[in-house]
Amino acid sequence: MSESKNDKLIIGGHEFDSRFILGSGKYSLKLIEAAVKYAGAEIITCAVRRANTKDQENILDYIPKNVTLLPNTSGARNADEAVRIARLARELGCGDFVKIEIMRDTKYLLPDNSETIKATEILANEGFIVMPYMYPDLNAARDLVNAGAASVMPLASPIGSNKGLATRDFIQILIDEIDLPIIVDAGIGRPSQACEAMEMGAAAVMSNTALATAGDLPVMAEAFRNAVEAGRKAYLAGLGRVLTRGAAPSDSLTGFLRD
Amino acid sequence: MVKINGEQHDVSGKTVSEVLAELGYNEKGVAVELNEEILPKCNYASTVLEDGNSVEVVRFVGGG
Repeated sequence: MSESKNDKLIIGGHEFDSRFILGSGKYSLKLIEAAVKYAGAEIITCAVRRANTKDQENILDYIPKNVTLLPNTSGARNADEAVRIARLARELGCGDFVKIEIMRDTKYLLPDNSETIKATEILANEGFIVMPYMYPDLNAARDLVNAGAASVMPLASPIGSNKGLATRDFIQILIDEIDLPIIVDAGIGRPSQACEAMEMGAAAVMSNTALATAGDLPVMAEAFRNAVEAGRKAYLAGLGRVLTRGAAPSDSLTGFLRD
Repeated sequence: MVKINGEQHDVSGKTVSEVLAELGYNEKGVAVELNEEILPKCNYASTVLEDGNSVEVVRFVGGG
């Protein structure tokens, strides 16, 4: 029990107890507070967009003050655009965290790893706590480490697809080889998938669409919270081994009915 | 003319503060880029927009 009590997620020198990062897209601002509460989330993502003069609602009014804001650079098609968005996000005055998200592909929304590495280097040098979203590739992940990333966020499957851990084996390689928190982002559609990612040793899971498209968002947020906690506990406990063939009884077969 | 969030406005000679107020932006929740460079909030009142300037006014919205 003792190890799980002191089991902090540390990103860029900041400590978190929760390992479930919440997105704020595609649902009502009015649901954010309940989502944060039921998810037990300490980090929430948001995006930067052109302001408009008609809708004056400010998302910051709906996010509890003790929650860390993680602005993303969605909309960026290259490193330069991501850097611009990150600087604007910092100017908006909610800290130095940034999730780099750079997509050239508009059909599958797959991240551009090489541009992401460039943006990571520039922003890390400017003092940002850089959390790059990436396609799970070990070489690219190593480059992100060298570029100054604070975590690495590989995708499980395409953004918004709810398809789960399509890249499972490659995320496992990152978990095994990269000495930064590996946060599984994008495509996690069910609590069981979040749990599995955590059992594999992921440092955290991020989800948005799975909640936004659920029947009851706060209840699903709580289900994810429990799943992430269960998966983390299982990882810390050390999973039982898998037999490649045959079987092993859970109890002694001898001692009764036969000699 | 000054391009603000992609639209042309006849506001040359006015300050950023004046233009934000005139167009109805809430200065509190936005960040401003002038010609692709961040304009710190403390400079809104003293920065006069010129013909051909390009301004972006952004804010946080929901996102993953």
